[in-house]
Amino acid sequence: MPFHTSSPIQPIVIDGGRVIDPAHSMDRIARLLIVDGHIAAIDPSNGDVPGDAHWIDARERVVTPGLVDLGAELRQPGREEDETIQTGSDAALAGGYTSVLCCSNTNPVIDSAAAVELVTQIAQRVGGVRVYPIACLSKSREAEQMAELAILAEAGAIGFSDSPRPMPNDALLKRALDYCRMFDLPIFDRPEVPGLAEGGVMHDGQVSLVLGLKGLPTEAEDLAVARDVRVAEATKGRLHIGPVSTMGAIDMIGRVKSRGIAVSASVCPHNLHGSDALLRSFDARFKVHPPMRSPAHVESLQQAVADGTIDAIQSGHMPRAGEKKGNDLDESPFGAATLETTFAAVVTDMIRTDILSWTRAIECLSTNPAKIAKLPAGTLGIGAPADVAIINPESSWTVRASEFMSRCQSTPMENRELFGRVTHTIVGGRLLFVCVEESAIVA
Amino acid sequence: METMTEDPPLTFPSIWRHKHLLDLERLRSDELHAILTTAQTLKELTDGCRRKLSLLSGKTCANLFFENSTRTRNSFSLAAKRLGADTVEFSSSGSSVAKGETFVDTAKTIEAMGVDWVVTRHHTPGTPHLLARELKCSVLNAGDGPHEHPTQGLLDILTILQNRGPSDWMDPGTNASELLSGMTVAMVGDIAHSRTARSNIWGLKALGAHVIICGPPTLVSHRWEEIGFEVAHRLDDIVQRCDVLNLLRIQFERQYTRPFPSVREYAALYAMNGDRMRRAKEDILIMAPGPINRGVEITPEVADGPHSVILEQVTNGIAVRMAALWLLAGANDAAAG
Repeated sequence: MPFHTSSPIQPIVIDGGRVIDPAHSMDRIARLLIVDGHIAAIDPSNGDVPGDAHWIDARERVVTPGLVDLGAELRQPGREEDETIQTGSDAALAGGYTSVLCCSNTNPVIDSAAAVELVTQIAQRVGGVRVYPIACLSKSREAEQMAELAILAEAGAIGFSDSPRPMPNDALLKRALDYCRMFDLPIFDRPEVPGLAEGGVMHDGQVSLVLGLKGLPTEAEDLAVARDVRVAEATKGRLHIGPVSTMGAIDMIGRVKSRGIAVSASVCPHNLHGSDALLRSFDARFKVHPPMRSPAHVESLQQAVADGTIDAIQSGHMPRAGEKKGNDLDESPFGAATLETTFAAVVTDMIRTDILSWTRAIECLSTNPAKIAKLPAGTLGIGAPADVAIINPESSWTVRASEFMSRCQSTPMENRELFGRVTHTIVGGRLLFVCVEESAIVA
Repeated sequence: METMTEDPPLTFPSIWRHKHLLDLERLRSDELHAILTTAQTLKELTDGCRRKLSLLSGKTCANLFFENSTRTRNSFSLAAKRLGADTVEFSSSGSSVAKGETFVDTAKTIEAMGVDWVVTRHHTPGTPHLLARELKCSVLNAGDGPHEHPTQGLLDILTILQNRGPSDWMDPGTNASELLSGMTVAMVGDIAHSRTARSNIWGLKALGAHVIICGPPTLVSHRWEEIGFEVAHRLDDIVQRCDVLNLLRIQFERQYTRPFPSVREYAALYAMNGDRMRRAKEDILIMAPGPINRGVEITPEVADGPHSVILEQVTNGIAVRMAALWLLAGANDAAAG
């Protein structure tokens, strides 16, 4: 890995925490030793710990592989009013993320080797979270012809997508899935049929009807998912569908998975809690993608995450500047800062409610996304890169976007009381984030 | 029944607490009753909205219209002037909105000139609610896209009460939630894009009327039934049992796609014409929020016929707007004092 290897690193001992590593079916109190950026030992004796090691007291904490996000918008280059790689990285680390796949909707878009290299270089200079560019699937993100996928892969693209723009060109998607088999890289599709979703600002349902707001119908997503699973089946290409938000999408994905088709799928935390009724406030904070759906969809999505139909939970981080989000519901863009709340939202809405076990939650937040993106991450096995998140699961806090590291200060979670505070984030053996409030408590 | 005095005294209804008038959906029946009786009283005190009072002198009302309007804007202006308030007019064309200013900034600028109410119309649902959060003065919704147009709903209901309401509807002790019980009111036409419909239905429902939403399925969602309203797709199926028809204009300017094949076909199905009048109840009330499209939703013989109260609606518009301005000012003064 090109990351963080320039100087020697102080060894770290994480002592007394509940270590959860789904990849090794591990869930017990343990001591982790990190040396030279890798997991060196589990439960080393005091004598085996180097004398200069930095000790982290992790009692009452949960120690997990660092989270892996399947698609955050970092907006640099060109949209720095929304986010930069620096601020996005800071936000990711504060949220327990150690790897982030970043979206191609920058300006210029990431459809050239130069753009891939630029993003990678800025990320290296920042020296924070590991940043893996998803390059454009189509040239100029125009959905007409394939971008130079092999050249992009060579430059370091981790996968391809025009997301968050949906792919309207069926033939192009099929061709690209076929073509991509030679490098075994995933294509990511945000499923939506543009025609049915035109002008929509929220879930199409009773609430949108009463409010007179143009709806985003579930069938716009369902039709795209139907297309996606069929072309994935036909080409045997690697397709990741997400974020999804409808019962119809879950139903189709579940059926093709039971036939052994290799598609994967993800959801966002804002689709696992709350509902479209929040739009009754007419507050653009709730104008997010996918839209907040009705309670029946939310409940189905929760179950689909629990039963494995959904593989991953992604942040859905779409930062947008305050002057954009402060507008009315038509003018305001979709988007929210979510990297800093995703872990706590999963703890609060999925784990504390007994919908997910800790192991399943970490699988969805780290292990599975790492597998989908083929990253050497998502595990705490001996020899693995030391990407670690430590969270205090009992610590509650009130979400205030004004305190975010992200440049975007809009979140549908504003003012919510969440449980679970990330206390430490370690990337490649370097302690890059320590929560000030939490360390004060420890001291 | 107690006899009403010639000049009913204007007393501030103690139940009124609202600083803004944003929608009718969230108003209770007693609150609706408070506005409607205040409107009726003010109409009488001003000799049918013609004479000027000085109840609100020294206050200023800003009309902040981001969408074209002639009737509603003039009606609000007249209402403010009839009660002695000053008015400031603002429209989006030729203003700083054209220079890229956001509408919240525009509204804050107008507010800084020292206004007590902002009356706003905008093409996006929820914009008055956004302003109510951002401004210190009272906000009146004069139409937010297809969402609500509360004073239109109120003036329609006032017109129904005046013509078909119980004789003691003004009585403060009346049970407001049954004021219109037994009455069937149909909203006909372009429900999908109608803020008039979205205000009327809640007000009518709260006061006990049976509400039918009628129009082609592309303009009348089946979900209205889930929410508790009767849905009809043919005017002929319901015309015999309606006490009131409120005929909505087809809003071609709001439609993304043509929801019916032709105006001729629409008129054949939904226009209120002489033939349908003959099948209607003898005392049916014909209303339209206007502007009316003669020959589309209503034929001239019906629009100008004896059952039509379209022009009464216009006068009542000034009455309910006077009431709204006065009540919001009172609630605001109470909060300040």
